[in-house]
Amino acid sequence: MTEAAALSARLDALNRLYGHAIDDGRYEQWPEFFLPDALYKITTRWNHDRAMPAGLMLCQGRAMMEDRVSALRTANVYEPHHYRHLIDPPVVTRASGGTISATAGFAVYRTMQSGVPEIFCTGKYVDKIVEADGRLKFSERIVVCDGERIDTMIVLPL
Amino acid sequence: MTLFDWNPEDFSEIPYAFYSDEQIYRRELKQVFQGEAWNFLALECEIPDAGDYKTAAVGDIPVIVVRDEAGTVNAMVNRCAHRGNLVCIDEAGNTERLTCVYHNWTYDLRGKLASIAFERGIQGKGGMAADFDRSSHGLQRLRVETCNGLVFGTFSDEVPPLADYLGPEMRANIDRVLGREMEILGKFQHGLDGNWKLYIENVRDTYHATLLHSFFPTFGLNRLSMRGGIELSEGGLHHLTYSIGATDRPESQYNARDLRAVKDGYALNAPELLDTWPEYACGTTLAIQSIFPNFSVQQVSNVVTVRLLLPKGPDRSVLIWWILGAVEDTAEQRTMRLRQANLIGPGGYIAMEDGAVVGWVRRGVAGAEDRNSVLAMGGRGVERDSDSRCNELSVRGFWQGWHGLMRDPAA
Repeated sequence: MTEAAALSARLDALNRLYGHAIDDGRYEQWPEFFLPDALYKITTRWNHDRAMPAGLMLCQGRAMMEDRVSALRTANVYEPHHYRHLIDPPVVTRASGGTISATAGFAVYRTMQSGVPEIFCTGKYVDKIVEADGRLKFSERIVVCDGERIDTMIVLPL
Repeated sequence: MTLFDWNPEDFSEIPYAFYSDEQIYRRELKQVFQGEAWNFLALECEIPDAGDYKTAAVGDIPVIVVRDEAGTVNAMVNRCAHRGNLVCIDEAGNTERLTCVYHNWTYDLRGKLASIAFERGIQGKGGMAADFDRSSHGLQRLRVETCNGLVFGTFSDEVPPLADYLGPEMRANIDRVLGREMEILGKFQHGLDGNWKLYIENVRDTYHATLLHSFFPTFGLNRLSMRGGIELSEGGLHHLTYSIGATDRPESQYNARDLRAVKDGYALNAPELLDTWPEYACGTTLAIQSIFPNFSVQQVSNVVTVRLLLPKGPDRSVLIWWILGAVEDTAEQRTMRLRQANLIGPGGYIAMEDGAVVGWVRRGVAGAEDRNSVLAMGGRGVERDSDSRCNELSVRGFWQGWHGLMRDPAA
């Protein structure tokens, strides 16, 4: 296996673990995929193309991600539901100076109380990843949704 | 219950049928959206230069908003005068002429029909009918007026000028929040699983805010024990509710035992999310304003948004959020606005719950067409103002305005 192929395989595994943590409802594990000062933002293609700074969710640092998790556990009111992430194999766009830039397409199905999985969101992860203590962590994950419209609400991370 | 059987009396009981009835919905499109109301179309900063256009909607009618060579903002129905094709397909752009792709009919930026392909035929044959008059086949125009960078349009010749329609109290708040150069920090759409009026009621409902949303009472962002109030415009059409955070007083009913939304011991790991600065000399920390029928200006701490709700059938609606900042913001202020924007929008700690509740009410009232919703908090009828927000006054005011446009003119 070439070095590039080995890196792709590691990033692919990272994305699968990430998706499964959320889909299995292990939300407390979600911030652990990030560095302490990482940026997590959910936006849309329209906003991303225009460099609009506001997000559907904007977490500047892991503590803000932990707050999203504690809010969805204890504070926010919403209909119980879960996701299923289908994530493409990643494309490494740049790997230099210790930071890996990569993207991966995704589709997320959402199953609400109706019991019917429906496509909630498709889009692309635009990531910056670094290796820390032998583990890959996101220093930045921008979730770029293809559509402008979020149905009903978004409370779980993508 | 049909509309014409309804005796609204003091607007404290609203038939559930009004949130699902197809005929009422069709009538709203004609009598409310196309009727004597000003509809929000765009922000002027979305079309800053000559030739800039964007598409919008009045109820279900597609509209083009465009700035012409003289700098004037025009609005026309996005429908070719020939065969009804959409003239603008892109949601926004810049152009010198508006050209329909179907048969190449071309309009100027005021909607006047400028040219017709093959008007005189080809090689002496064909061509438009001899009596065809280009000047009477322009794009259908709307009346357009602006207020603090907000562009409104109407199909009505009767509705008063925008300034009078809004009234002095509403204009004062719009000027307070938006009366400086603003720019867009983000724009998101929120699909709602219910009739448009369910969300508009929610915008105007000062009673639910600290009961549904944990973030308001738990972090002292909004409590009904703060000094604040409700103001309605004449006839109840528009509303403004506001509160001043620094004036909060102890209120024993805000406790975690009695109110689900109050959370003892709940704290943020990153409390900087709620870092704020005193942006307004009046001390107002929360102001929610609705402009009839479907527009809202909102200030929650330092998050400034405008919202437009588009009806998409009796059971669906789409809310468009524009998140705004002042051009003059410092870097620190801009950071605070963007962090606080986590409170609003489809993923907002507060606003996500309003999206959820619209769908729950729609499902809850299924089959209840002969029953009524109750709006008796704070009394009945439509007063002009109240110094208590423990009141459904502004929701009753909406229904008074709605009924005024919807009732049978022959009755």
